[in-house]
Amino acid sequence: MSGYIASLVSVIGINMILALSLNIITGFCGQVSLGHAAFYGIGAYTAAYLSKLGVPLALTLPAGAAMAGLIGIVVGLTSLRVRHDFLAVTTMGIGFVFLGFVRKQKWLGAELGISGIPAPGLDPLVYALLIVAIAGLVIVFCVWTKRSWMGFAFDAVADDEDAARTVGINVPVYKLTAFGIGTALAGLAGGLYVYFARIILPDTFDFVQSIAILTMVVIGGSGSVWGVVASTIALTLLPEVSRAASDYRLLIFGAMLILVMRFSPGGLAAWARRYLARRQAA
Amino acid sequence: MYFVELAVKGLVYGCMYAMMAVGLTLVYGLLRILHIAHAGVFALGAFVAVIVANTTGSLALGFVLATAVSAILGVAIYRFAYQPLLAHPPFVPMIVSIGIFIVLQEGFRMVFGAYGIAFDTNPWYVSTVELAGVRLNQVEVAMVIASIVLLVGFGLFASLTRAGIGWRATVTDPQMATSFGVDPIRVRYLNFIFGSGLAGIAGALVGLLNNYVEPTMGGLVSYKALAIIVLGGLGSVRGTLIASLILGVVESYGTIYLADVFDRDAIGFLFLIVVLMMRPQGLLGRG
Repeated sequence: MSGYIASLVSVIGINMILALSLNIITGFCGQVSLGHAAFYGIGAYTAAYLSKLGVPLALTLPAGAAMAGLIGIVVGLTSLRVRHDFLAVTTMGIGFVFLGFVRKQKWLGAELGISGIPAPGLDPLVYALLIVAIAGLVIVFCVWTKRSWMGFAFDAVADDEDAARTVGINVPVYKLTAFGIGTALAGLAGGLYVYFARIILPDTFDFVQSIAILTMVVIGGSGSVWGVVASTIALTLLPEVSRAASDYRLLIFGAMLILVMRFSPGGLAAWARRYLARRQAA
Repeated sequence: MYFVELAVKGLVYGCMYAMMAVGLTLVYGLLRILHIAHAGVFALGAFVAVIVANTTGSLALGFVLATAVSAILGVAIYRFAYQPLLAHPPFVPMIVSIGIFIVLQEGFRMVFGAYGIAFDTNPWYVSTVELAGVRLNQVEVAMVIASIVLLVGFGLFASLTRAGIGWRATVTDPQMATSFGVDPIRVRYLNFIFGSGLAGIAGALVGLLNNYVEPTMGGLVSYKALAIIVLGGLGSVRGTLIASLILGVVESYGTIYLADVFDRDAIGFLFLIVVLMMRPQGLLGRG
């Protein structure tokens, strides 16, 4: 039972880091990304490859994050060239390029991925708590960012790039910062996943995964830290509480995307805000 | 000879991409929505064709119904999903479109089964023709002919008929077109009927080409079609057609010469990213 709890808590923590990291890029800074799973994968493959060489966890996790962040900044450069819909399709393309590359590399295990990854050397429950602690730090970081000058700058870029430029905000720098931080955190989540699952397959990081991460962000409320945290927990637990929900997980995700966008495009966070405002008024 | 064969096969794929991508471009040109759910329309066309062909034995009837049902689905998606959301930023309908795509794909899996359906008889699949030393099966020939006939027909419609001219006017300047008496709602319906019908035919043809129809078959084709419309310069029909053919040929050579580094699906997107870095507005887009 405690093994089950530990794995559930680990999955929630990893998903939370993933969703919050995409929230920095898409929610805070307004840059739509449909290929976030690629950075999750870059972090995972980096950490897995190094761990097989005998590098300890304390080094593989930062290495995975750094690798994902570096490539993320390079990808972020595309956001300086293309905007909105062009960017959405380009980032989606990055996901396919990553997957197509990994699938053909024999030294990365090609279609079979990397297996036989050494154990983290911690009790599963302790490891789960480590993941949760890191997720907690990410939450604190996100809340702090939102209130900082950087958060205001992100907001301005998301609202209207040209207006942001006229008030002296260095738009390229903030976009690249958002991409760098967001993708590095996704890479960190990838590293954490490696020691949790002890095997990685290319398909774990496909387009459906990107969409699943986006679903958590959008349903929680793009840009809202607590909304994203709540929706991540809810959407991760959903398949666990009911057998039907786990069989039709994707169907439910799809239906929720449609309904939430149709009736509350700001996600559950916007809905909760409206609800509280109405109660205060009454 | 091998070189020519790759080019010809690439162009055949290019024709298939064109039939998918034109529908996406039309939607984007008119509504500025990335119509990702188009993939579901495509797969539905394939399923209707295979089921009708297997039960009635008539492939022609299969094609007719595939076109009709796909067109109805396309119009329904516009009416019930996009129309209420047009006032929101484009991000919102795009997410809805992703949602619809997932629901359709999972729906097909539940209704038609995860393992797909094969055609009972597929005479075109086994008979081949030789053109200038390149051997093609008749489905591939049909794909090329169908795309040329349909797209030329569409071109004539858009430039010669009253409805077609009204359509182009609406794409260029909706307000102006409306004040000249064009009904923009009718144009939108026409748009979805034509684009979705075309996707349905493409789906049926791809089903014949693989001799197999499965729930996820829409995915890759439509992601590539999205890459193509961006490559062509979003909203430009001419750019889309050129980009479709180029992508088909690039993929065809890429699968041979880059086989050790990237798989087929990555090559198209890699090409897209390289082009966008040099021309952010796409091949034929306005700067």
